[in-house]
Amino acid sequence: MAVTETSATEAPREFQSGVANSVLHINDVHKSFAGLHALSDVDLAVREGETHAIIGPNGAGKSTLLNVCVGRLKPDRGSVTFDGEILTGKEPHEINQLGVARVFQTPEVFPDLTVLENVMVPALSKRDGHFTLNPFKRFGAETRLRDEAEATLKSVGLQGQLTALASSMSRGDKRRLELAMGLIQHPRLLLLDEPTAGMARHDTNATIDLLKQIKEGGMTKVIIEHDMHVVFSLADRISVLAGGRIIAQGTPEEIKNNPKVKEAYLGDEEV
Amino acid sequence: MFSQSRNDWLLFIGFSIAVLCAPILMEPFGGNYPDLLQKLAIFGLFAIGFNILFGLTGYLSFGHAAFIGVGSYVSIWSFKLLTMNAIPAVLFSVIIAGVFAFLIGYVSLRRSGIYFSILTLAFAQMCYSLAYSVLTPITNGETGLQLRALRTNPDLGLLDADIRVLDQALGIQETSVPTPNFFGLQTSGYEGFYFCAVILIVGFFIAQKITNSNFGMMLKAIKSNQNRLNYTGIHARPYLLAAFVISGMYAGLAGSLMAVTDPIAGAERMQWTASGEVVLMTILGGVGTLVGPVLGAGIIKYAEQKVSSWNEGIISDFFSFLPAGLQDFTASFVSLFVGEGWHLTLGLLFMVIVIFLPGGMMEGFRRIVGLFKRPNDNDTVSNSATAQPAE
Repeated sequence: MAVTETSATEAPREFQSGVANSVLHINDVHKSFAGLHALSDVDLAVREGETHAIIGPNGAGKSTLLNVCVGRLKPDRGSVTFDGEILTGKEPHEINQLGVARVFQTPEVFPDLTVLENVMVPALSKRDGHFTLNPFKRFGAETRLRDEAEATLKSVGLQGQLTALASSMSRGDKRRLELAMGLIQHPRLLLLDEPTAGMARHDTNATIDLLKQIKEGGMTKVIIEHDMHVVFSLADRISVLAGGRIIAQGTPEEIKNNPKVKEAYLGDEEV
Repeated sequence: MFSQSRNDWLLFIGFSIAVLCAPILMEPFGGNYPDLLQKLAIFGLFAIGFNILFGLTGYLSFGHAAFIGVGSYVSIWSFKLLTMNAIPAVLFSVIIAGVFAFLIGYVSLRRSGIYFSILTLAFAQMCYSLAYSVLTPITNGETGLQLRALRTNPDLGLLDADIRVLDQALGIQETSVPTPNFFGLQTSGYEGFYFCAVILIVGFFIAQKITNSNFGMMLKAIKSNQNRLNYTGIHARPYLLAAFVISGMYAGLAGSLMAVTDPIAGAERMQWTASGEVVLMTILGGVGTLVGPVLGAGIIKYAEQKVSSWNEGIISDFFSFLPAGLQDFTASFVSLFVGEGWHLTLGLLFMVIVIFLPGGMMEGFRRIVGLFKRPNDNDTVSNSATAQPAE
């Protein structure tokens, strides 16, 4: 599974150039931490409406790449563009308001709020923008918003836990809740960092089905995942990241048959 | 604006009745005198406002006493320059305290956690020091800002003589130094208490609306997970600044009522101990609850007035049923915790609450209610199911 330095430096540049009809462009991004190159010369283009999986071994730089996309980290060099807007240098809330939502690797919810409140907060953010001072508008009084939140929670299988505190949920349920928090915003780009980690196989399959349904709605998704069953079930295209560099890009079939990927990442694992 | 749930209206009506009946309710405890009742209402209002910042967002300010001082000074200046009517004094105090809160909040909220607390403390101490030094022409330094008779000698400065232009324009005659009033009604004594009580009830209603609003939910989300909120598209800082300004305005209003009921303003109201006191009130009553901070304020102000007035003689009389030697020992020991030592009692009470009831008195009430609450059918079924021994 380990990636050799040779394979990482032999990243085929022709794979990494811009793609027609793409909505997310990652251009020549470089990020290092105390001399360690987490990302080097990363170029990536994600087409509108596709599900693009980013795979790679632990420490390959996948989460760092997502952090650069959502404004959590600023790249040392390069830029990220979403639908013509440069995201680099923008604050996370500005990036979200442009239509980019993220599901975190470790579930990030509002532990002291109920499940329903957790979903209604992002719904309000989507409707009212990043700041609205209306201290006399009662929370939860708008039936349409509430109905939408309940429907979204139903779609992820949490309809029975509306009034439960998020802190009391299992890790798998928190993941589904976080997914609902992203979905209710109807983002144009949904970034998913290992959305099925910690889930039982049954729940994983349910999440795959849910994400397939969303795909029919035309939402663009970038998904980081270790579970190859999830990746090959969902992805239209796959990028392989190793040692902070893109070593391959292509359709699932191309990636399956790419000898460099097999050597660098999949090893002898049967896909 | 006035849409509330049935439970909210019940809470509001219950609170209003309790506040308006405070003179009757406090009678058995020997607390039905205007000075204490006014303090309960004023500090209750201060704590309600402070809770909007601390209770909802989790941002702990150690500098809110500065706004009390600002409110008091502005009110006295309103009495000196404009009119003895309390309404302009209250309005100007709230507005100026809001401006101060905006300036201090804008800088302090660039940091969070302990750094935010230290910044607010530093600003409050700056205000306190300035009131005693360079701002003496406005604050009258250690003497404090007081009302004076109307100026008859043009050589007298405004600290030594008042002008009250609105009252003079309306032809209101003054024979001596007047007292603040509400369209002719005195604002001292029981009238003063009811003036403060009505403002407390209005303040409670507004806090209730804020807590239950979309805005309030964003403040709760900040406390719960500010990082997540940023990735949800919400810019937390304007929400925090708005909460800081609103709570600063409440503090300014409390400071104004202090001046309305007792027309003198001194810098000691801005000292850091006053800022610390409202933190104790809020935690003692219940952080994040609507009634808790008022309850905490009431308990602390009552104890301050009552327990601090007890001496060894009173304690000795109380334990007169004990044998002589034991009576002396018990009275000597207990007297350590009363009189000037009442802060020791407060400290111990605070420690007990924080350790055993982190949710304050309100959590205590909830636990007591929980003991008497009958489990519903579902609970009974599940309990009986779990209680069955395994075969």
